[in-house]
Amino acid sequence: MRLVVDLNKCQGYAQCAFLAPDVFAMHGEESLLYDPRPEEEQRERVARAVAACPVRAITADGLDRAGASQGASDAR
Amino acid sequence: MPADHIERLRREGRIVIVGASLAGLRAAETLRAEGFAGDLTLIGDEPHEPYDRPPLSKSALLGVASPLRTQLPRRREIDAKWRLGVAATGLDLAAKRVRLADGDEVEYDRLLIATGVRARPWFKEEEARLDGVCVLRTREDAADLARRLRAGPRRVFVIGAGFAGSEVASACREMGLPVSMAERAGAPLVGALGGVVGSVAADLATEHGVDLRTHVTVTALEGDTVGRVRAVHLSDESVVEADVVVVSLGSLRNTEWLTGSGLGAGPRGVACDAGCRAFDFRGIVTDDVFVAGDVARSPHALFGYQFLSLEHWGNAVAQAETAAHNMICDGADRRPHLWMPAFWSSMFGVNIKSVGVPPMGEQLMITQGSLAERRFVGVYGHQGRIVAAVTFDNARWLEFYQRQIERGAPFPVEFPTLDRRPEGRQPVPAGFPDPSLPTHGPMVTLSGYSPADQQLVFHPSRH
Ligand SMILES: Cc1cc2nc3c(=O)[nH]c(=O)nc-3n(C[C@H](O)[C@H](O)[C@H](O)COP(=O)(O)OP(=O)(O)OC[C@H]3O[C@@H](n4cnc5c(N)ncnc54)[C@H](O)[C@@H]3O)c2cc1C
Ligand code: SF4
Repeated sequence: MRLVVDLNKCQGYAQCAFLAPDVFAMHGEESLLYDPRPEEEQRERVARAVAACPVRAITADGLDRAGASQGASDAR
Repeated sequence: MPADHIERLRREGRIVIVGASLAGLRAAETLRAEGFAGDLTLIGDEPHEPYDRPPLSKSALLGVASPLRTQLPRRREIDAKWRLGVAATGLDLAAKRVRLADGDEVEYDRLLIATGVRARPWFKEEEARLDGVCVLRTREDAADLARRLRAGPRRVFVIGAGFAGSEVASACREMGLPVSMAERAGAPLVGALGGVVGSVAADLATEHGVDLRTHVTVTALEGDTVGRVRAVHLSDESVVEADVVVVSLGSLRNTEWLTGSGLGAGPRGVACDAGCRAFDFRGIVTDDVFVAGDVARSPHALFGYQFLSLEHWGNAVAQAETAAHNMICDGADRRPHLWMPAFWSSMFGVNIKSVGVPPMGEQLMITQGSLAERRFVGVYGHQGRIVAAVTFDNARWLEFYQRQIERGAPFPVEFPTLDRRPEGRQPVPAGFPDPSLPTHGPMVTLSGYSPADQQLVFHPSRH
């Protein structure tokens, strides 16, 4: 899967780093580093990070299926 | 009638995008999202699908991301014909045709130019070819540089202390590599943020162990007998031994393929109106050629209609979206590209962000935090108005300052702010180079008195 973070929008809230620590990491106090091509097994965590980012700065593709079922299971 | 024409264009028109990177991809997605159902062709000279560049000077050098794996996610299906690995070599405006390097020609009803910029190479060709002399623009560049850094060079030399150069120097230090960085101005980032903020960047670099050399230019690169770079010669007559040299001297706009097309395209990019429609060389706007991203120059109403060339990620996205929208709309439905300029960078563990156009500001006020702590908000003023703000590790405030810029708030800053220090009560000169001094940019001059012998003269850039 592929992802990109709009770092103009990112406010460094570190939600993503908390939810998907193998993909997102804080660097210094405010800067975000991330792996734009994480492994497939990270899909669910990334979907959660995308949903949790308070400024909607993360775009990932191929999340539709995983994201939808993820949302459903979260709701339960 | 015109409405019919647009309907047809949307249904069965042919749209060609030249430049298959960030702006090209986002434009393609927007076209489809807004209901364009015709033929869409993306032409790109790089053999890969669109990838992201900002990580190349940051996480890719630090090993967090592979430089060969930064492909951009798709926001939707774009169902396009991809012509990758083939450059556009010419444009026939009258026949509405793009010529390709492989001899093919592609016809369009609407064209988007999104060919971006490339790294300005070291100006002495022979020296530029020395093994170990690198630039950083493409993913291959980044992979090559990352490999060289991982091999543990004895010293890296960065020529030019702009954002890209400083980010590379920062990554080198983080990897424990000795690094020198040379800058013609008095500090890093001076062109983008001025001398006051630049001096903070200088302190950051030296404290992290960068051998920073300012007020000097590199005069020559010296190779050994087998053609590997071994030393860098500076204008102060010093010589620094280095086995990797990163040339970070800014960029050149990819407009050569438009030479002779009649478009207003040149070394400063392709000029366009606020709706992203390209100008021809007479300064008259075209109706079917659009431009977006790093290669574009467009007037911005908030900044005195100044033509801005922005090499910023966010601008490429926003301008591509606006261009795409306008390509398949009629006059009244078109919208201007009024994006607030913004960028980010990070170096030596500090998050640097800016909104507005700092180089327009003559004066600077530190409204929050302090320069000495490297944690502050700096506000730039121009003719009594706030025109930009920069933050070092204080990004959450930026949005507030963006609103101030948008509503033309007065400068010096009148509102009270949290964490204002005595140093921030008065504006100081921001420390940009005197604009009346010759720069190394190209320029055009007009000579002759009577209209009959008036002549436009193009002066190429000096190095
Ligand atoms: C190392 C690096 C770090 C960066 N960091 C930041 C950052 O931290 N923050 C920020 O805001 N911005 C950053 N940027 C800038 C950002 O990446 C650019 O603004 C963005 O890539 C612009 O996108 P674009 O599509 O307009 O141009 P480009 O990405 O340059 O794409 C243009 C494409 O067109 C192709 N092309 C050129 N000529 C032709 C031709 N004749 N025919 C066919 N194809 C052609 C090019 O090869 C290229 O693929 C960085 C850039 C680099 C290189
Ligand atoms: S959650 Fe969003 S705002 Fe927070 S660090 Fe991640 S990308 Fe940035």
